[in-house]
Amino acid sequence: MILLDISKLSKSFGGLSAVLNFNIHMDEHELVGLIGPNGAGKTTVFNLITGVYKPDQGQIMFQGQNLVGMSPHNICVRGVARTFQNIRLFNDLSVLDNVKIACHKQVRYGLLGAILRTPAFFKGEAEIEAEALKFLQVFKLENKKDELAKNLPYGEQRRLEISRALATHPTLLILDEPAAGMNPNETKELMQLIEMVRKEFNLAILLIEHDMSLVMGVCERIYVLDYGQIIAEGLPEEIRNNKQVIEAYLGEEVD
Amino acid sequence: MDKVKQNWVRFLLEIALLVGLFTLIQYGITTRILNQYFQINLTSMCINIILAVSLNLINGFTGQLSLGHAGFMAVGAYTAVVLTTKLDYPFVVGLAGACMAAGTAGFVIGVPTLRLRGDYLAIATLALGEIIRVTLQNIDYVNGPAGISGIHKLTNWPWLFSAVVLTVLVVVNLVNSSYGRAIISVREDEIAAELMGINTTKYKVVAFVIGAAFAGLAGALYGHYFYIIKPETFNFMKSFDILVMVVLGGLGSTTGAIIAAVFITVLTAVLQSFPEIRMILYALILIVVMIYRPQGLMGNKEFSRQTLNRIWGGRK
Repeated sequence: MILLDISKLSKSFGGLSAVLNFNIHMDEHELVGLIGPNGAGKTTVFNLITGVYKPDQGQIMFQGQNLVGMSPHNICVRGVARTFQNIRLFNDLSVLDNVKIACHKQVRYGLLGAILRTPAFFKGEAEIEAEALKFLQVFKLENKKDELAKNLPYGEQRRLEISRALATHPTLLILDEPAAGMNPNETKELMQLIEMVRKEFNLAILLIEHDMSLVMGVCERIYVLDYGQIIAEGLPEEIRNNKQVIEAYLGEEVD
Repeated sequence: MDKVKQNWVRFLLEIALLVGLFTLIQYGITTRILNQYFQINLTSMCINIILAVSLNLINGFTGQLSLGHAGFMAVGAYTAVVLTTKLDYPFVVGLAGACMAAGTAGFVIGVPTLRLRGDYLAIATLALGEIIRVTLQNIDYVNGPAGISGIHKLTNWPWLFSAVVLTVLVVVNLVNSSYGRAIISVREDEIAAELMGINTTKYKVVAFVIGAAFAGLAGALYGHYFYIIKPETFNFMKSFDILVMVVLGGLGSTTGAIIAAVFITVLTAVLQSFPEIRMILYALILIVVMIYRPQGLMGNKEFSRQTLNRIWGGRK
């Protein structure tokens, strides 16, 4: 089943076309990588999918619905969640509250119920708390639940961001450079984590990454973006040996 | 089960405390132990608490810098006074009408302006607050710049006390719910909140409307205590006064807003007899606080039983 089908997507900033005639498709439960040199337009693609930017042209079909023109929160409600290249947690809130906020879209009591503290409020809050704790447990963060998000070490902040995104119950999870700033050991752990998340939560993952060991290790299919255009597509092996990709990105061989 | 019981005990204790405080002051007023001077300041204090707590919901929790709070106060004051003096409705209708009118004004102003961020929003709300004042100045039905005088003195301690409790209760309960977390997430990181499925525009407007409604309540209580209302009372200096309380108490702390409102009211009362140095001292105190505690007296923390436990080094 096709989950995501992006066709002829274009976006330019002033005279610079960041993304030009961009096409990709993803099946359900697929793990797809998007790579490319710095400034190739990868994050712009993510911002277009999640509604942060409005595309100039093209459509983004997600589960048969066009996401173009929808506001970001509506896109999230439809089942697309993401993390950020530069971590964007709610810094001054506790780890638990960070995840609870992502659970807000399934809140069962009304505004008036909250103000009047009805039984529905207490029941709903207990549910949200249990749900949030469940996600923290998966990412081994439950013993840090009362810490402020900004006080967590870098690797745990990354994990918290992923668990927060998962708490919105996505069918497509978008990870923007999840291994940025991680050492090889942490990257390896992250690879296992990504595999586990996909199985456990039964979702598709689209990820941007510079770390080739991670991309080649976990992705089933890879798209290569350069100057806003797809220059190659295929299995990790094919990408590794694609001449155009090597020139643009992996570096030319020296004789 | 134990925890439920504990919560009930705490709840009853809090009620007892509130009733105790209310009765004590009510006793003081009826026996005239608390004189007129004290009562005037008590009224200002309660009104300031309502204003500070409601503005803190907008500025502190939602993180939207609004400088038009006096405008909503004016809408409330005028609505209530017109309802009670010109149309002869009972006070309670005036109060409810004030909340609704100010809330509606908040909605009408909030929907277009809350798209703006930071300085732009501050300037827009400042301007709209002034627009409300100037509009009132030009409506003959409410006597223009002269204002309405001869208002019945209907605001008394029971009304003030109930209004303060209601305001604090609504704000605290709202903030400590999923809706409150959504509101706070807007302050923390608007883009991240939006991408986590929070309709940030909606929650900004919700906070703005609730904040405005309580400013209207404060305005209504003000009008029915001080006999006279005129547009000049609700100029942008008034908005500024309220903002100072919120910043002094700590953005995002309801207890901080209450403490600061009490502190500023007392300070103003104490310095009343030295008009020459009043504003200088007032400014100096603010500067000192901002140098040594830029996050405000309470930061974004709340003063609760846990705080007491910490201070006395007790168990957690």
